[in-house]
Amino acid sequence: MLFERREAPFIAPQGDVAALMRQVLYALIPAATAYVYFFGPGFIFNLLVAAVFCAAGEAAMLRARGRPISPALKDYSAMIVAALIAFALPALTPWWVTATASLFAIVVAKHLYGGLGYNIFNPAMAGYVVVLLAFPLEMNLWVAPHIGDIDYPHLGLMDTAWYTLSGHLPPELSFEAISRATPLDTAQTGFAAMQTFEEIHQNPLMGDFAGRGWEWIANFFAIGGFWLLYRRVIRWQIPLGVILGLTIPATVFYLFGVGAHATPGFHLFGGATILCAFFIATDPVSAATSPRGRLIYGLGIGILIYCIRRWGSYADGVAFAVLLMNMAVPAIDYLTRPRIVGHAKNTLANQDD
Amino acid sequence: MSNNSNYSGMKQLLGGLWHENPGLVQLLGLCPLLAVTTSFVNGLGLGLATMLVLAASNLLISLTRRFIYAEIRVPLYVIIIASLVTCAELIVKAWFPDLDRSLGIFIPLIVTNCAIVARAEIFASRNPPLPALLDGIAMGAGFALLLCAIGAFRELVGQGSVFANLNLITGGNSSAGLQFFDGGFLLMLLPPGAFFSLALAIALKNWIDQKRARAAHQPVDANIEQR
Repeated sequence: MLFERREAPFIAPQGDVAALMRQVLYALIPAATAYVYFFGPGFIFNLLVAAVFCAAGEAAMLRARGRPISPALKDYSAMIVAALIAFALPALTPWWVTATASLFAIVVAKHLYGGLGYNIFNPAMAGYVVVLLAFPLEMNLWVAPHIGDIDYPHLGLMDTAWYTLSGHLPPELSFEAISRATPLDTAQTGFAAMQTFEEIHQNPLMGDFAGRGWEWIANFFAIGGFWLLYRRVIRWQIPLGVILGLTIPATVFYLFGVGAHATPGFHLFGGATILCAFFIATDPVSAATSPRGRLIYGLGIGILIYCIRRWGSYADGVAFAVLLMNMAVPAIDYLTRPRIVGHAKNTLANQDD
Repeated sequence: MSNNSNYSGMKQLLGGLWHENPGLVQLLGLCPLLAVTTSFVNGLGLGLATMLVLAASNLLISLTRRFIYAEIRVPLYVIIIASLVTCAELIVKAWFPDLDRSLGIFIPLIVTNCAIVARAEIFASRNPPLPALLDGIAMGAGFALLLCAIGAFRELVGQGSVFANLNLITGGNSSAGLQFFDGGFLLMLLPPGAFFSLALAIALKNWIDQKRARAAHQPVDANIEQR
């Protein structure tokens, strides 16, 4: 009998796009589980709708461009876009909002710019920003997290499905009854009302660092992110850059701001920071590519997130920050080209080749 | 001779409306084009005003082309155009006060529309008055039609109606226009919608050109290849 003989390394190298993308999808599973646990089954419906429309948009655009359809559908890149859109949207979202975000992400942000490998903007964030601007009402319905001692009505499985399909709640519930401000919203309105962060933090919703439920989901994103780092699917520069870019200004302002600024922990665990650091900003296509460039790119995103959260009109600024830094990527890559071995130190003067 | 001039007149008109459309091909005057086209009536109002100014400025500059020193031609063009825009603004204020309120700063800003200076520089300053006038009308009409088309498209997608508030131009009672559906895709009324609409319009034009070139078994127009 012939046994298959294998030699080290036993962990298969990450050679092709599909394998890489699958790793990213696996790494999102813990956070997805936590999301469903805290915010109900709406996330699953969002994910289904986004997956269907992303796949349909991908197939339609490949057909229109005369490209083979099945290899591109099998590389899971559209599925990652779908998953990121589902994480970005509120847990209760009518299907047409999700569909608009998915189709815009795939058709406009990905394929009209040339398809996988050529898109300058992160497709998922472009799709999310479009629906954020186009459907302000639907995008503000964030449900309360499932936490034992906070007694808010929650939608069951059927009611959630019905809301996703029709955009209507069961007659006995109103939007006010099931939704509540996210921690970032709460902080923003609190600061606008001249409250100190300690006063804002009295709200039981705020949890230990950054809101009940939210901070736990952030932890699970971090678990997935460290797994990706361990498997070398992503490099450390961008996550570290995003986290430093956000925590440094947050720490400085918190220490010298006399209560008028949130804690660094709040910024780090609140909103989509960790999701952004490990999964959104690390999109290999739209991010900077040189090692130093990736660090600068991440730092820029972190600083922009802080600025938009603190002084902007939106509660979270991840999507805008990522899109803005996407625009800066060509310049960053140009200015941070690594030195070629044996050549003189990289200065601006000898880069004009 | 008259046949020839007729032919060139048609060619000029077609050039302004299609082949050299200031918005679609020359990509001039994009600021007003993107900013005001939230509805058909806004597009029509600004389009007509721009067309009037463009025709009049082309005529005046062509008439005075022998007296304009080349060294200071641009300031002189701007003086002529600014006077005409002031006239247009006062006319709109006097007879269409509602339209003036709706378009706001963009009527005076016609003076900065680079399509007008471009036509003055490229065409009016080196051609006799009649062709210059025709060129102004053709280019203005092309610009106005594009403004109307984009305005109608954004209004339809953004709020489900077309031709709403035509009373701003025609007078009379306020009209709701044709309402096809309620609500709509808000993004189309916001600034990004203007960029997307213009991009779609340019893509549509190039697509039609390519199709026609292929149908005629001709190599695709060099203009299109470059874009």
